[in-house]
Amino acid sequence: MTASTATAAPRIAAKKRPGDLWFSGTAVFAGSMIVVTLAAVAIFLIVQSLPAFGLTAEDASLLKTNFWAYVGPLLFGTVWAAFLALLVAVPLSLGIALFITHYAPRRLAQGLGYIVDLLAAVPSVVFGLWGILVFAPSIVPSYAWLNENLGWIPLFSGQVLNSGRTILTAALVLAVMVVPIITAICREIFLQTPRLHEEAALALGATRWEMIRMAVLPFGRSGIVSASMLGLGRALGETMAVAMVLSATNVVTLRLLTSQNPSTIAANIALTFPEAYNLNINVLIATGLILFVVTFAVNALARWIVSRRKEFSGAN
Amino acid sequence: MTTLPAPPSTRTPAPAPDTTRSHVSLTSGRLPGWTPWVLLGACLAVAGAVFGLLAAAGGTEFSLAGWLVTSAIVYLVLIYALSRIVEGARRAFDRFVTGLVSVAFAIAMVPLVSVAITVITTGLARFDAEFFSYSMRGVLGEGGGALHAITGTLLITLAAAVISIPIGLMTAVYLVEYGQESRLAKAITFLVDVMTGIPSIVAGLFAYALFALIFGPGVRMGFAGAVALSVLMIPVVVRSSEEMLRLVPNELREAAFALGVPKWLTIVKVVLPTSIAGITTGVMLSIARVIGETAPLLITAGFTDAMNYNLFDGRMQTLPVYIYSQYAYKGIPAEAYVDRAWAAALTLILIVMVLNLVARLVAKLFAPKTGH
Repeated sequence: MTASTATAAPRIAAKKRPGDLWFSGTAVFAGSMIVVTLAAVAIFLIVQSLPAFGLTAEDASLLKTNFWAYVGPLLFGTVWAAFLALLVAVPLSLGIALFITHYAPRRLAQGLGYIVDLLAAVPSVVFGLWGILVFAPSIVPSYAWLNENLGWIPLFSGQVLNSGRTILTAALVLAVMVVPIITAICREIFLQTPRLHEEAALALGATRWEMIRMAVLPFGRSGIVSASMLGLGRALGETMAVAMVLSATNVVTLRLLTSQNPSTIAANIALTFPEAYNLNINVLIATGLILFVVTFAVNALARWIVSRRKEFSGAN
Repeated sequence: MTTLPAPPSTRTPAPAPDTTRSHVSLTSGRLPGWTPWVLLGACLAVAGAVFGLLAAAGGTEFSLAGWLVTSAIVYLVLIYALSRIVEGARRAFDRFVTGLVSVAFAIAMVPLVSVAITVITTGLARFDAEFFSYSMRGVLGEGGGALHAITGTLLITLAAAVISIPIGLMTAVYLVEYGQESRLAKAITFLVDVMTGIPSIVAGLFAYALFALIFGPGVRMGFAGAVALSVLMIPVVVRSSEEMLRLVPNELREAAFALGVPKWLTIVKVVLPTSIAGITTGVMLSIARVIGETAPLLITAGFTDAMNYNLFDGRMQTLPVYIYSQYAYKGIPAEAYVDRAWAAALTLILIVMVLNLVARLVAKLFAPKTGH
């Protein structure tokens, strides 16, 4: 001990005990497992889907013409349903997050936050069951009303589907599932707004809404965007709720209320996979790969926005 | 300190007070605090009366949704108009937004309450002893139960937990205690982010592709489902454990090092015990998250009517897939199948809620005392 402090300059290397080596080795191994797993996910998906890309109708019974003609409508349906869901969910979540952070009585706020989190705890298959047996039948009258009064808008035109199992219903159920995710992040960000900014706005005579518009929303803008993107990622990949609610025909259409609805990639896999065989399985895995790439891109964009924000806000 | 009633003085808001003996109080030009509540009550009452009359006249059912939507719209319009007259445009818009934001919260409550009510009322019909003591083997129509599905869910989730918790926890230990700024640590952090975003169905496809490579195409087994769930569970465990390990004050580690305790013993005896409550909470929440997953299990474990205790042999039913298959492959009478689906949904939600509650309780009761 005294000898090493006397020489001072060289770093004291910690004694390598077997326990230390073993333990740090395990930790490194576990960490590498994550890298290996993700690499395996990518490799297996790619290997299994490579045979599918060049297929035509003769090779796999799922295909009408070729692979891309099969994926096209599915990809459209995935993006369209997720877009509609976000259209509803983002304003709603912003409202809820603002209500919890700035409007509700302070003492109730945390409890209300838990209640919204409860929505996230409901399994998606239960939402599917609820959507098809409770929600869809009860929303049909509003669809009929929309069709009657706003039928001149192409979105609402056509013959209303009586069971209510349309893309709009699926999107609304998706919205319900996405709301708690976006709300949780927005809530966190709104709470991080510097108190002095808020108080300064109020002291200048701003009303509560003006305070929110001037202090809270600008501060949270990038957070709101990335929260929406994360919600989008969830909505793109959500499977069971859509699979159960939607009665799909795999076409490309913008009409929201008719019996002709585009399916989504995830729902299509869940519905077709149990009975798939031979090359059809590869076709489905290839669609899964495309879904993976799309969600990965969306999530990466969201993370990038968050990290860019971290650099200049100094909040973290 | 007498606060004069506001309305008389606010009849003429524009002209400046010309009398020196002004009876203008602090609250003039403002609506009294009870206004929104009274107005809301009035809107609900009037709209309720109108809808009740319509329903009685038309012989139709009372439209609950129509009543609430109409009252909300009428309330928003009225509060804006009233406040605009009395308080001016800025305050009117503020009140309007307050109403709008509260409505947003109320809307979010609708699905939650609706799901809760439906699941409880319809689920109770078959929430009986038979449901928990029989499988679906040889059952056509009424009767039968979900014992095989409950067993399968417990086995598969247990297997997933056995895979994910050690890997997740040790990865978190690596990231916090060993990794620091190394390239591997950065790569892992990024990949954990990516893994959080993997759609559950893709995780299922991965597990299927992996096992199909080993056992040949068309393979279905419980363990494949467990692997798929681990892919979804590991990032959640890593994230929450990492956060908890970072909360452990550095002084504790330094104190242990100063006493000559090896690093691994410091982690095992000091760092982990300090953060064990938070880690337990995170692990339970991650279990609650994956126990309701349907799509990956539908693909990997498949569905069956019979009991199967062996994770490595053949199809295995799970509770979420049971809900789906009861609904999707209805027999006759359909009622019996739908009732079973709802009873299973009730069971599943109860399991998830209990896990959530226990997790929060653990976090609250065993939280380390941070002495700042």
